[in-house]
Amino acid sequence: MSNAITMVEAVNLALKSEMQRDDSVIVLGEDVGVNGGVFRATVGLREAFGIKRVLDTPLAETMIAGLSVGMAAQGLKPVAEIQFMGFIFPTMEHIICHAARLRHRTRGRLHCPMVLRVPFGGGIHAPEHHSESTEALFAHIPGLRVVIPSSPKRAYGLLLAAIRNPDPVIFMEPKRIYRLNAQIVEDTGEALPLDSCYTLREGADITLVSWGAMIKETLEAADLLAEQSISCEVIDVVTLNPIDHETILASVAKTGRCVIIHEAPKSCAVGAEISATIAERNLLNLQAPVSRVTGYDTVMPYYRMENHYLPNTADIVDAVKATLEFS
Amino acid sequence: METVYQAQISYSQFLSETGKPLQPLPDWTGEPDKLVRYYRNMVQLRQLDNKIIALQRTGQMGTYASLLGAEAIEVVLGDLMLSDDVLVPYYRNHGLQMFRGLPLADMLSYWGGDERGSSSPAMGEDFPNAVPIATQALHAAGVATAIKIRGEKRAVVTVCGDGATSKGDFLEALNVAGTWQLPVVFIINNNQWAISVPRSIQCGAPTLAQKAIGAGIRGEQVDGNDVIALHESVTDALKHAREGKGATLIEAISYRLSDHTTADDATRYRSNEELKAAWEREPIKRLQTFLHDREWWDEVQETAWQKEVSQIIQQGLDSYLQLPPQPVEHLIDFLYAELPEALKEQRERLIRNAQPGGSHHE
Repeated sequence: MSNAITMVEAVNLALKSEMQRDDSVIVLGEDVGVNGGVFRATVGLREAFGIKRVLDTPLAETMIAGLSVGMAAQGLKPVAEIQFMGFIFPTMEHIICHAARLRHRTRGRLHCPMVLRVPFGGGIHAPEHHSESTEALFAHIPGLRVVIPSSPKRAYGLLLAAIRNPDPVIFMEPKRIYRLNAQIVEDTGEALPLDSCYTLREGADITLVSWGAMIKETLEAADLLAEQSISCEVIDVVTLNPIDHETILASVAKTGRCVIIHEAPKSCAVGAEISATIAERNLLNLQAPVSRVTGYDTVMPYYRMENHYLPNTADIVDAVKATLEFS
Repeated sequence: METVYQAQISYSQFLSETGKPLQPLPDWTGEPDKLVRYYRNMVQLRQLDNKIIALQRTGQMGTYASLLGAEAIEVVLGDLMLSDDVLVPYYRNHGLQMFRGLPLADMLSYWGGDERGSSSPAMGEDFPNAVPIATQALHAAGVATAIKIRGEKRAVVTVCGDGATSKGDFLEALNVAGTWQLPVVFIINNNQWAISVPRSIQCGAPTLAQKAIGAGIRGEQVDGNDVIALHESVTDALKHAREGKGATLIEAISYRLSDHTTADDATRYRSNEELKAAWEREPIKRLQTFLHDREWWDEVQETAWQKEVSQIIQQGLDSYLQLPPQPVEHLIDFLYAELPEALKEQRERLIRNAQPGGSHHE
């Protein structure tokens, strides 16, 4: 596996690949140039493409988002990095009030083909404000695409798709698995489809729905349950907005049971949306209530307590068993 | 101790409040063409503004932000910006938008609650109005970044009010424009009021122009009721930008002679004395006196122009009032480049509800 690369290297490969192909792709953000990004996702880009295409910006997140809107309206394809999810909040006025609706409010005269990349989630013992999972805030916004890869291959193909897509994309990178499980990723330049779920494992007894870093624990739980002859179908949602409900509904129609797993707090999260849609459209196929294994409705703890907050494999196994035992 | 930095802010004015030259005038003012055009355009804007407010009062127009007192800024920018420059406006630039080619009916439809008002191809690459405060300053910096990356000789103009200079977006935009030498002209229409908050409690600095100094760009004050002073400052700033020399901040001192919008009542917070004094400084009367003194404009021309303007406005109003409604599916069709599967059911419901017998049929 000498050619195998990690997810963060796959992000880097996709950026390099698309920048070579398309002069309008511009990378910008804090520390993305000389330093190559705090996670090294943009390493080598400045050397390869120069200071006009890899912009070390002043330290101002609102500015990074607003600048990207202006550049995108000019036909460039800015790929901006926000260093951590906890620092994304100053960008939200530009994302919600402008990026997400520029096409709509000009009736197609202008549009905003920008990507905002942001590492998110807990589990790496980071400081305060570095470990949040606030994907639901963006998934709620009409006009945005919210995309979360869970493997190096999908990070590569989905990032290419995000850059090429003419709509604004929030591309959330689960940093807990940035350097886990290297895969061989060929630089084929082939993008993966957006707004489609990915079925990672087929099964008959129950559907497990998750995204991002929790895919790791979800697959581990499916392995453990398989040893006990419980067959899990595992769906990686990948694009949280616009969401592909059809794949999930078809799976739940087959299995009759569903557990949704995410790291974000439980209430008003994307899991609630999926659960409600199953209830609206698939109630009579359900043999048990839809169950959710999630973070708690509390502030993301400092790192000493983060393992109490993050769902783990045993939580998923327990939820699956409870769902199967429901009668 | 040594002084490591010193700065000055200049204020420029050519015409007194009564239209008399305060200093030698630039050569171009020796010919009537441009000044008469500025005058005619300002008169047109004022009549239009009155007309739109009347429309709003009779329920044919939405909440509207008046241009009363901003005419000189709108007219001069409209004249000096080139078609391939980019305007990133706020919500009090619709005169400028029209001088850049936006048909009157489209402008009216924006204020009349119709998104198509920002869709006109005549707007080119110009942004639609920014209603959130100061966000446009950053979009302008982004447009200017694109222009700089491509090595083009175009300028970006963005306008905001005095209140917007308190917001981080404005300061972040100045900052990045300074460090990257971006081709932007930032105009503050300092009309002294941010709804009910006066300039005096908006900021402790004696000028707003001096915010440029902290960002390393040029900053100056200009009389925003004086078309000649505005012409000189804006010409220089646009040239500076197009030559790749960087950004300029121009604080144009004007006065909001109107309410904030038609939904506001300025008598709640502003004295009649102050308003009366401001009318003595307004831009149209001042230029009219100057033109009369030079015998470049007279009562006969005035009457004829007022009549002509009235007809132009009526034509625009007629097309605005006859605009057919948007297809209801426009609520969804422009969100994404392609309609996502997830939205198809909602789109069908929207159309169904709008049809005869549907719950939202009008």
